[in-house]
Amino acid sequence: MRIARISEKRETVVQDTVDLTLMEPFIEKYKSTRGNMIPLLQHTQEMYGYIPQEAFLKLEKETSLKLSDMYGVASFYAQFRLKPVGKHIIKVCHGTACHVQNATAVTEALEEELAVKDGETTPDNLFTLESVACLGCCSLAPVMMIGDETFAKLGGKQAKDVIRAIREKETGSKCDHQE
Amino acid sequence: MGKTKVIVGLGSCGLAAGAGKVYDAIKQIKEEKGLDFELKKTSCIGMCFREPLVEVVDGKGSYIYGEIDVAKAAEILEKHIQGADPIKDYVVQTELFDTKDKNFFEGQVKIALRNCGYIDPESIEEYEAREGYDALKRIAAEKIQSVDIIQNVLDSGIRGRGGGGFPTGLKWRFAYNNKADVKYIICNADEGDPGAFMDRSVLEGDPHSVLEGMTIGAYAIQACEGWIYCRAEYPLAIKRLNIAIDQARAKGYLGKNILGIEGFDFDIHIKEGAGAFVCGEETALMASIEGERGMPRKRPPFPAESGLWKRPTNINNVETFANIPWIINHGASEYAKYGTAKSKGTKVFALTGKINNGGLVEVPMGITIKDVIFKLGGGIIGNKKFKAVQLGGPSGGCIPDYLSDTVVDYDSVNATGAIMGSGGMVVMDETTCMVDMARFFLDFTKKESCGKCTFCRIGTQRMLEILERITKGEGKATDIDTLIELSNQIKDSSLCGLGQTAPNPVLTTIKYFRDEYEAHIRDKKCPAKSCKPLLTYEIITDKCTGCLLCKKVCAVNAISGERKMPHLIDQSLCTKCGSCYTKCKFAAISLT
Repeated sequence: MRIARISEKRETVVQDTVDLTLMEPFIEKYKSTRGNMIPLLQHTQEMYGYIPQEAFLKLEKETSLKLSDMYGVASFYAQFRLKPVGKHIIKVCHGTACHVQNATAVTEALEEELAVKDGETTPDNLFTLESVACLGCCSLAPVMMIGDETFAKLGGKQAKDVIRAIREKETGSKCDHQE
Repeated sequence: MGKTKVIVGLGSCGLAAGAGKVYDAIKQIKEEKGLDFELKKTSCIGMCFREPLVEVVDGKGSYIYGEIDVAKAAEILEKHIQGADPIKDYVVQTELFDTKDKNFFEGQVKIALRNCGYIDPESIEEYEAREGYDALKRIAAEKIQSVDIIQNVLDSGIRGRGGGGFPTGLKWRFAYNNKADVKYIICNADEGDPGAFMDRSVLEGDPHSVLEGMTIGAYAIQACEGWIYCRAEYPLAIKRLNIAIDQARAKGYLGKNILGIEGFDFDIHIKEGAGAFVCGEETALMASIEGERGMPRKRPPFPAESGLWKRPTNINNVETFANIPWIINHGASEYAKYGTAKSKGTKVFALTGKINNGGLVEVPMGITIKDVIFKLGGGIIGNKKFKAVQLGGPSGGCIPDYLSDTVVDYDSVNATGAIMGSGGMVVMDETTCMVDMARFFLDFTKKESCGKCTFCRIGTQRMLEILERITKGEGKATDIDTLIELSNQIKDSSLCGLGQTAPNPVLTTIKYFRDEYEAHIRDKKCPAKSCKPLLTYEIITDKCTGCLLCKKVCAVNAISGERKMPHLIDQSLCTKCGSCYTKCKFAAISLT
């Protein structure tokens, strides 16, 4: 059920670095249009990668939207994040076609490589591992998407190699922890 | 003779396979060598299994090259463009000679996909050149009345392609009959069914056909505004729709007094979904457009009476709209020529899973499932045994191999317990465990249940728990009966289609593969050898040469034994990863 997405802990994160003035152009644009809640939240997330707590408060102050309604919507839809995400979001497809072609092995291999669970972000904020329903490239299954790039016909080992290559580019080291 | 054309397929699947790099390489070579041909873009022609695709059209005809990388592209330019000598080995489809993939196109009838892969989706002129907006122009020129259009759509026999199968003409008539100053028309492009990508291909490959279909619909029911509710996971579709809408506005196909029809004002907006499967249900979709949680509402009142913002609203699926201009152009009877008594026209299917030719096909209703899978689809990967096909995704059910003579139409498919659905066809072979498939779909619907109806919210959770137990070898003898009982209760007590159909995958797998459930529960075995906790890897002493290879690959040191002595797997340590099984060169490890 979708209410399982609401955690008992406070999920929104207070961060000092958020520049709220970035929101003003789209608040102005959508302020008085009907059905504006989802677009406002989408633009906010586009700006910061997630929806920070201050952003909710700003929206409440400057539009007619209620905080409880916004939290209800943000926790209902899978797209919205209430926590910051890593620089690279790894979306592993778990659609039917990918499941049949063993997408589970891809997620398991990545969980091992990154030492995080599905849905979590690595401590260095480099990667967030996510499962998604369907990326629509079913005949190339199993697939994962990082940024705009899609990696097709994966096995666990190839998936790990992709991550290692990115990590090497970012940090100059293949491993994120001392061995 | 026209100029030679080189056309690269740049749909989502092509881009995923590397078509972007191929396009750039061709462009670079063209400029460097100063070659004389026209370089163009198109979208998906359906042959996803041969992506990236490059089509060359020369004086003799069209050649579609498949599985093209940068090196092969350079070779094609050198031999075919410069040397006028096509590379037959790379050609996957042409009318000039036979290719190994020719069966993929034989038997297809392209109506909804008539332009996909043939035109540049970002060019309105190319759409216009292929009957595009002719239907709308005819309506304006001949002053065809709303009621006549509705009658025409009704006569064509087209039924809702989103899966419901409700006659489109009737839906339009209800919306027409509800008189109001403001009415809306919505295109449902929230293709959430995992394993289906028909709508994405139409939106990416031929966005104008959907816009034209919607505009005709708006004229027929007298709507003034339209929305396309599209999944946010389809960025390319959204981009191309935005381009198409701007082009249509500039040419007067959208806007005020469209094509000079006095008082016909209509415009289309795009609404991006935010990731919720239930929003494919029409009342939830409308709640989402209004900016709320996408939870279904009670019907009646039906959307035709009170829909979006309580106005009369008509909702159709992408594929349905894409068919409409063709029906107006070619006539209802021409459309009704295809199909069976109660299911007319064609249907687009996304073929995926353990099938050789995974991709998109459009077939006339009435074709058998066997023909789709074996003739067009090229059969099962690795010549394994075909076991079942899942139609309709998480709301649908499976059809077993022995019913593969079932014809594709709404009523025949419903009779098996599956549903036609939006067009996902996931093929499963002997290595797919049907209990695990049921668990997979239940896991999906459990997560996507909006939580409004108790039976759906808690019932799917309980069913999933039972299925998880069974796949772990902890099933109880009463489990199958409990699953059936819960299924029927959820179907009866849920408000919307999600809950009403969520138990279908479980019910159909129990109906056709009850023995697999029993093997899991009674014998603690998975016949497809897919459920890990039920597998046992053992070393066959007679065959083991003591080469130490399995011992080395075992990540948990569960294998013991000396060189040239038979090894042994410690079952209490084994994690059933299968590494030893795949590594052994002497087939000395058994899997039961």
